[in-house]
Amino acid sequence: MKTSYAHDLRLFRHRGDVVWYGALGLILLAAPLLTDDYGLAQLSFVCIYAIAGVGLMLLSGFTGLISLGHAAFLAAGAYTTAILEQQGLDFAIALPAAALVAGLLGVMVGLPALRLSGIYLTIATLAFAFIVEEVLTRWKGLTGGNAGMLLDDASLLGLAIDSEPRFYYLALGLLVLTMLAGINILRAPLGRAMIAVRDSETAAQAMGVNLAMVKTTAFGLSAALTGIAGALYAHKLTYISPEQFTIFVSIEFLLIVIIGGLGSLHGAVFGAIFVIVLPQLVLIARELLPAAIAGLPGLEAAAFGLALILFILFEPMGLYGMWAKLRHYGRTFPVYKKATFRRTKSFLKGEGG
Amino acid sequence: MVEFAQQVISGVAIGCVYGLVALGFVLVYKATEVVNFAQGELMMVGAFFAFTFTTLTGLSFWIGVGAAVAAMAALGALIDRIVIRPLVGQPAFAIFMATVGIGLLARSVAGMVPGWGFETHALVTPFSDRVVGLGTLTLSQEHLSIIVATVLLVALLAAFFRFSRLGVAMQATSQNQLAAAYMGIPIKRVYMLIWALSAAVAGFAGILLAPIAFVHVNMGFIGLKAFPAAVLGGFGSIPGAIAGGLIIGVVEALAGFYLPEGFKDVAAYVVLLAVLIVRPRGLFGVSTRRRV
Repeated sequence: MKTSYAHDLRLFRHRGDVVWYGALGLILLAAPLLTDDYGLAQLSFVCIYAIAGVGLMLLSGFTGLISLGHAAFLAAGAYTTAILEQQGLDFAIALPAAALVAGLLGVMVGLPALRLSGIYLTIATLAFAFIVEEVLTRWKGLTGGNAGMLLDDASLLGLAIDSEPRFYYLALGLLVLTMLAGINILRAPLGRAMIAVRDSETAAQAMGVNLAMVKTTAFGLSAALTGIAGALYAHKLTYISPEQFTIFVSIEFLLIVIIGGLGSLHGAVFGAIFVIVLPQLVLIARELLPAAIAGLPGLEAAAFGLALILFILFEPMGLYGMWAKLRHYGRTFPVYKKATFRRTKSFLKGEGG
Repeated sequence: MVEFAQQVISGVAIGCVYGLVALGFVLVYKATEVVNFAQGELMMVGAFFAFTFTTLTGLSFWIGVGAAVAAMAALGALIDRIVIRPLVGQPAFAIFMATVGIGLLARSVAGMVPGWGFETHALVTPFSDRVVGLGTLTLSQEHLSIIVATVLLVALLAAFFRFSRLGVAMQATSQNQLAAAYMGIPIKRVYMLIWALSAAVAGFAGILLAPIAFVHVNMGFIGLKAFPAAVLGGFGSIPGAIAGGLIIGVVEALAGFYLPEGFKDVAAYVVLLAVLIVRPRGLFGVSTRRRV
């Protein structure tokens, strides 16, 4: 329970949170001692996906705008970084530039979002992503076309990010900053307005929320965060080409948001972990399964598809929902009631209704 | 001029396929307000069924096609029963993502089926490699068969919705679910039949596309072009879907012929964005006001 205004401003709700998050932080900081380079690389990927996940979560989970075009923003960030660093610029300049370029593209896509609703907007973002992908392929002078671009190790204010632990700390640091930004945006007027727009545009407008402003800002912020993820992604892969930024990446981001749990920043991280861990599980499963099944290509996509369907059918709040239920079970033991989390149904009211 | 007409006709033919896939979107969307992202994958599965029933089992072409369409209808009903019905009343986005999952699953499972796999297959039809001369034009029978089949199918569907009891029931359901239920229409069964119909139309589109584009696991990507077609047509309009498909098909064919390489692939999306900026609900869409 919150007893004072200062209490409401605190980042952590109570001392228990501080202890748990502190422990988690220590483990993450000590990760280079606990795992090898391969494990660290996977952790770095989790951080990158989680940053993009937070970006998409702000847009889809909190503002209620569904984007099937976030691969384009990831590409914008990745290519901006690659091009600027080719000119010998420092990562400390390339990173904000990547965020800026992606963010501006996001605002551009956000503008028609004011007139488009629901599925029309989603398709428009899809169309936008296809166009960006084609531009990347055809603008050979800038992007190298299908041949792609190679990246050297990043140099951050003169410090070469040339080893796995260094890159991991960079990605982790940016993820922590992104999470803090996310938390603070959500409790600032902007975040409140975003949630209001998600829950009811009409009601939000009646309360004085400037729809145009909020939607465009949400798009811009979401794209900028995805652009930051893109800058890291480019360095992690050290090679980028248009075929790494297809619709599948956009779908993967939506998977993060849905499987993690719509409307929860924790969910973005949970979802990122899931998306990175699942292919590893499939790899392990391949070794255990009989050769006839294990040799089949496409097991991974099948696992993703199945996981998506099962989550939506049985746990629409995603991994975060599972966690919340588990915690609630522990707290209220032995009087846990299933009905606490029962979903309410809404019925069709006609187009746009 | 002959070149131009040639391009337009092949554009119309491929546009018919886009239109039919878009029609599948629209049927489901109108009635259930679900956007089925897996429509393209359903089309792909339909083409594979046709390939299986004709080439692999050696049945006659027409019987094979009938069997494939029937199998698709069954698959559509199954999807509705297993995935969609439990989700009725959930946010539209959740159902949309479930269909994304169905699409992923369908594509990878199709790749695992023995005899299907990730190779490209050819579907041989009675129209393969034959041409018709019309003045100075040479038309391939494959293109013509697509156009004729689409016209017949749309006429059939129009008659079905206009005159049959079931068609009228489907229209009623799409206009007002609650009122339809009060009139004694079994909503759940109607939804299942609409999914069956939509999957059958998608399968039919796949069979039409197969002779000109090969049967392949990734042919479902056509669905991504059918999206713009459906949106152009205003997502809730059946004639709009076909018109949208034709526009996309013709624009694409002409862009491929007259514009530099690369424009063909994005022409559909450029047209879509342009139209959406001017008319946010598509060319044939009706704008509705929201009641609070």
